Amino acid sequence: MSTIALPTPAGIHRRAATDEPAWVRRTLIGLALTFLTLFLFVPLISVFYEALKKGVDVYFAAITEPDAVAAIKLTLTAAAIAVPLNLIFGLAAAWAIAKFEFRGKNLLITLIDLPFSVSPVVSGLIYVLIFGLQGWFGPWLAENDIKIIFAVPGIVLATIFVTVPFIARELIPLMQAQGTEEEEAAVVLGASGWQTFFRVTLPNVKWGLLYGTILCNARAMGEFGAVSVVSGHIRGSTNTLPLHVEILYNEYNFAAAFAVASLLALLALVTLALKTFVESRNGQNRDRENPNEH
Amino acid sequence: MGTFKQYSVLPGFNLALGFTLLYLSLIVLIPLSAAFIRTSAFTWPEFLAVVTTPRVVASYRLTFGASFAAAVVNAIFGLLVAWVLVRYRFPGKKIVDALVDLPFALPTAVAGIALTALYAGNGWIGQFFEPLGIKIAFTPIGIFVALTFIGLPFVVRTVQPVLEDIESELEEAAATLGATRLQTFTRVIFPTLFPALMTGFALAFARAIGEYGSVIFIAGNMPMISEITPLLIITKLEQYDYAGATALAVVMLVISFVMLLIINLLQWWSRRSMAA
Repeated sequence: MSTIALPTPAGIHRRAATDEPAWVRRTLIGLALTFLTLFLFVPLISVFYEALKKGVDVYFAAITEPDAVAAIKLTLTAAAIAVPLNLIFGLAAAWAIAKFEFRGKNLLITLIDLPFSVSPVVSGLIYVLIFGLQGWFGPWLAENDIKIIFAVPGIVLATIFVTVPFIARELIPLMQAQGTEEEEAAVVLGASGWQTFFRVTLPNVKWGLLYGTILCNARAMGEFGAVSVVSGHIRGSTNTLPLHVEILYNEYNFAAAFAVASLLALLALVTLALKTFVESRNGQNRDRENPNEH
Repeated sequence: MGTFKQYSVLPGFNLALGFTLLYLSLIVLIPLSAAFIRTSAFTWPEFLAVVTTPRVVASYRLTFGASFAAAVVNAIFGLLVAWVLVRYRFPGKKIVDALVDLPFALPTAVAGIALTALYAGNGWIGQFFEPLGIKIAFTPIGIFVALTFIGLPFVVRTVQPVLEDIESELEEAAATLGATRLQTFTRVIFPTLFPALMTGFALAFARAIGEYGSVIFIAGNMPMISEITPLLIITKLEQYDYAGATALAVVMLVISFVMLLIINLLQWWSRRSMAA
């Protein structure tokens, strides 16, 4: 596998036939790190640098002004609705798909993945077509004075749509791999369906569930395109954090835009840290079999 | 025909599947079908005319071109990063490995403004290209930079597990039979990685085609030059041209479905060649 760079005296080659020469190794590591530095590390650092460039006072003023606070609240609200709903959906879908054999299972798995392959802009647009003023229910909603598009319900719907697959696709392969023997034993011993689910299945998948929830939450709080289409961009009322970043940036208020952006970057870092922790608890990197996230 | 479902002692199938189908229909399937149903207001020639105006065709060319270029760069460097992470040891490797997923976790709007600030003429990176007469931000090159960022983890995360599973016996056998290290790579290792590499490439490409948030900040958004298709959909919506926006959305959806099919085939190929 990997090579430990042993301190060998110059001129003596001690490498195995399946290792590369040291200069090749160093060149490849250098190239990979240069690429990652230009495209990943520097952008990440620059968010915090730009946020704090004008001083800590400007930073805290930007993230505590009323519009920013309203945006934080709306982002938390949308995630607080979307994540639990997709969690219940993920558990139901994984229970049906992993514990039973039925026709059309592969088609169902593909359909669950569908939101990942739809452009965020299109994800928002489809709700405008249904609930917007010119949409299917538009006239009826207008008559009854119910606002969905350019209001909070639309933002929540778009957030649910883009995060539908996250928890399901973590749980399905995990529960498939675990099989049905334990649940069958519980049922044979007289446990009810819900008892089996809460006492046997749920403890077995808790890390996978947490993993999916973390990724689902990150996307729910960070979604931009889909939410942008249905939001209407009303400051202090239908602006989520990512949309607030856009408004500040377009007003050339860069320090404030990056200050708010740094909150989202922190969220991303916390997400990655939790994800790495869960992976290490899980003993394996199951995410690598499912890179089709986001 | 046979039965729809095999017998099982476990309860809850009807409830779980029923809820799954209801939820999926309400949230995903019915809304998506709305786009297709709404375009049926067009006749076929009208639809074709709307989705092939010069401005729209220019946006397809840009979206596909920049996405393809970004996916190619991600395939090359993603393979390199996966190789370095699996095969070599270096300080900070665990942190680097975790940060590869940053583009999955970082909201696209944040990535967009950060890349714009960096690659603008006076930015940390852009200032080195400015004297050479190369502008990155607010040009199609900027779009390529943003799409490279958001597609970065896909190839790494598809190639990495395959590379970890390659058995050293194969490489030892190749070396014993007199192959140089480069020959072993090109003739033994690379063919094994190829299906996973193609899957990662297709995933990065598909993601890039639909991307909006990170691109609009860095693109400049000039019609015919640096305007991507998803932005054109937004522009049409803002002009209350719902029919036109929907027509473009249907084109994007069809492309998404085709990409999804290709990705499923590639994953099937990848699994089969890993099992072989």
